[in-house]
Amino acid sequence: MLNMQQRSIGGGSSQSPRSPQSFQLYLSVSVTEPAKMGTGVQAYISYKVITKTNLPEYQGAEKIVIRRYSDFVWLRDRLFEKFKGIFIPPLPEKSTVEKFRFSAEFIEMRRQALDIFVNRIASHHELQQSEDLRTFLQADEQTMERARSQETGIFKKPSDFMQIFKDVQSKVSDVVLGKEKPVEESNPEYEKLKHYIFELENHLAEAQKHAYRLVKRHRELGQSLSDFGKAVKLLGDCEGEALGKAFSELGAKSEILAIKLQKEAHHLLMNFEEPLKDYVRAVQSIKGTMAERANAFRQQCELTETVKLKEIDLNKLRLMRSEKLLDAEHDYEELKAECEETTRKFENIVRLMGEEIVRFQEQKTIDMGLAFHEFAKGQAHLANSIADAWRSLLPKLEACSSS
Amino acid sequence: MMGAEEQQQQQTLKLDSDSLSSNSFSTYKSTFTSLSSDSHHPLSDPLFSPPSPQSLPPPSYSDIVISPLHTESHELNESNGDDTENAKNNAIQQPELRVSESPIEYLKISVSKPQKEVEASNSIVPGGNKYFTYLITSTTNILEHGGSEFVVRRRFKDVVTLSDRLSEVYRGYFIPSRPDKSVVESQVMQKQEFVEQRRVALEKYLRRLAGHPVIRKSDELRVFLQVQGKLPLPTSTDVASRMLDGAVNLPKQLFGDSSSVIAPQEAVQPAKGGRDLLRIFKELKQSVSNDWGGSKRQVEDDDKEFVEKKERLNVLEVQLGNASQQAEALVKAQQDMGETMGELGLAFLKLMKFENQEASYNTQRARAADMKNVATATVKASRLYRELNAQTVKHLDMLHEYMGLMLAVHAAFSDRSSALLTVQTLLTELSSLHARAEKLETASSKIFGGDKSRKGEELKEAIKVTEDAKSCAIRQYERIKENNRSEMERLDKERKADFINMLKGFVVNQVTYSEKIGNEWAKIAEETSGYAKESG
Repeated sequence: MLNMQQRSIGGGSSQSPRSPQSFQLYLSVSVTEPAKMGTGVQAYISYKVITKTNLPEYQGAEKIVIRRYSDFVWLRDRLFEKFKGIFIPPLPEKSTVEKFRFSAEFIEMRRQALDIFVNRIASHHELQQSEDLRTFLQADEQTMERARSQETGIFKKPSDFMQIFKDVQSKVSDVVLGKEKPVEESNPEYEKLKHYIFELENHLAEAQKHAYRLVKRHRELGQSLSDFGKAVKLLGDCEGEALGKAFSELGAKSEILAIKLQKEAHHLLMNFEEPLKDYVRAVQSIKGTMAERANAFRQQCELTETVKLKEIDLNKLRLMRSEKLLDAEHDYEELKAECEETTRKFENIVRLMGEEIVRFQEQKTIDMGLAFHEFAKGQAHLANSIADAWRSLLPKLEACSSS
Repeated sequence: MMGAEEQQQQQTLKLDSDSLSSNSFSTYKSTFTSLSSDSHHPLSDPLFSPPSPQSLPPPSYSDIVISPLHTESHELNESNGDDTENAKNNAIQQPELRVSESPIEYLKISVSKPQKEVEASNSIVPGGNKYFTYLITSTTNILEHGGSEFVVRRRFKDVVTLSDRLSEVYRGYFIPSRPDKSVVESQVMQKQEFVEQRRVALEKYLRRLAGHPVIRKSDELRVFLQVQGKLPLPTSTDVASRMLDGAVNLPKQLFGDSSSVIAPQEAVQPAKGGRDLLRIFKELKQSVSNDWGGSKRQVEDDDKEFVEKKERLNVLEVQLGNASQQAEALVKAQQDMGETMGELGLAFLKLMKFENQEASYNTQRARAADMKNVATATVKASRLYRELNAQTVKHLDMLHEYMGLMLAVHAAFSDRSSALLTVQTLLTELSSLHARAEKLETASSKIFGGDKSRKGEELKEAIKVTEDAKSCAIRQYERIKENNRSEMERLDKERKADFINMLKGFVVNQVTYSEKIGNEWAKIAEETSGYAKESG
């Protein structure tokens, strides 16, 4: 789908994907070859991650490493921690249904999503500089495992992170709905954006739900057409002669079309439903960033308050000529520095988010445009195949009736 | 004489009876709401297109076998070209060439205007029983009917009576089965729904009767369609009371007081439903001895052809049932597809509206515009799927029709076996009577004089009557056999034609709609092709 493997580095967010990479530094990644490892409950899927680059920070032109889903989660968590304000690309969900975990379709959907995930990071002008990314792309398996388990101090399992993420989400919703009484930015434009993001998620989720159902409908239609074909063939055997042949031909065509329907179902899933799902995840990721922004704002406000109070105390101490003055002055200076740091962090988030949202909107128009194109193309192709298949029967049926 | 509304009905009558009398596309009032708009669809089933105004007399059922093929062949020749849509339109407007046989028979029936009525208050319930009557309108050129247009009001009970009498008189024929009494449904469903459902079922039933070359000329049907007021056919309650008479007679028969001989005229009727319980017992005894004896007596076996054909029909029935089931599943899947498409389209329309409202960036408006086109196409596709499905139902309904006909086939075959049983019973009876007569002879020859004359006379009489009854029964049996045979032939011929039509209709329908759907999507694919190149 999104062929981002040849995205070039350098340039801002408005860089067109078409810029030639011959004179540029490049970083191209692909996630391939899913393979089942281990057995029983411990079994998991591993992926080959191939990196091709001429960046100086990377060791060598090509590197191949083996990674599993939790490694990707680790990367995402790290980026989320370190790059506040930036919309971190979303990950595909962890599978909860056991038997679905190793189905070919699920594995392929996940592989595609992971590939897109890494490539988005690699082509984001800020994120691509992350050290964690380099670790992810190059470190040997043991180092990776160690790094992953170190995180267990803060985030025990990916599911824990999801839980915290959800808490943050609900906290943000609470904030938006005015349930809590925390300090809130009084920025009307940002308010509008928050509302937009929350509502957008609902609309998108509904569209995605129906898209998924449509995939199922294709499968069901394919199945029933196949069953119908078989039944009609048997009926043809009963009837015999010209009519019997007609039935047999009809049955055969039905079975052929059933296969085409299954194919289109898969195409629809990978090239239409998945992009929609990806869109939903992206919006959820933005909500996470919004939560971070709210946190940063709250911290900034709290510290500002504390600094003010501290100043009042300090003045009191000055008047009283207390011996605690020196320490207090020292504390005050520290506090003030911290407050400035926090304020700077918050303002950075605000700035970054501003850029991100523009980039996001543009990217999504392109992504959806492509998804629509694939949808229309697939449906047109299917409909034409069906028409052709049935049309080819008409002369034979004509011959039957005149005999 | 006929009002505008009835003339309207006439038009629909023509179309529907055409279709019905060939046992093909019945006006199937399915749950699909789009059905009502189908008649406006230029490319819907060609058989539904009205013939030119000053139409030729509508064809008989055998004609239908040929004429749709003509219409369709016009279409098909042109459909292989590029401009399928126009070609089909032209085909429909051409006057239809029909190979006519003379004379062309028709009997067109429609059922309408259900009305509530109250039974005369000789019942226990105060206020009287309420029931519904239906207006039965028929037009015909069948000579035996002695007229061309008839209108009459009938209730469901009358239909039951008609059906019962037909099955008594026309033994061996494949008589279409009447609608169920559906007592439970009448309690559970809403009154209007139930009455409408019943009206449709009655119309279908009467049209099927009208489609049967022999039944349509029957006195029973004629009387049903024409005689005003009370239906002059013996009702089934009358028949039931015969059974009671029979029960009364039984002891007399057993003790020899009353005649225990089967009269010739009764021999032509099946034992069941008659008043002669003794006869029922005799035939039961006969059938048991048949089974125990292992071999079926003489006559059944020599009709190997019949046995073979019966087997084939049994197999066919199984496969029909299976195909019928799968057809239903297919129709459901197509319906679901259309529905989900529609829901998806609506979801995108909502999303589009939202993006437009909240747009802060032009890129959002561009996206909304794309979405609108896709959503519109999706909704269109959804509608097309639903129309496709409504037509599919009409075509595949033929499978259900023939499934239903199998009941009639079984009934006709059981007419044959019960007639055979009667013959066998009479033969057994005859041989035992002869045996008794012989014994009497030998006994009386030993005794000089003696009062044997009366018994002897009685026996002679009984033998004579039984001989006559046997002849009647055999004649009846042969008649039924012939009916079976000719009906099977008719069934095969009509079924082949109907099924070929069904297949053609189904396939043409699929082609038509798939082309339309494909065109809609091709447009969108073209409009969004820019995105494909961009990401490439």
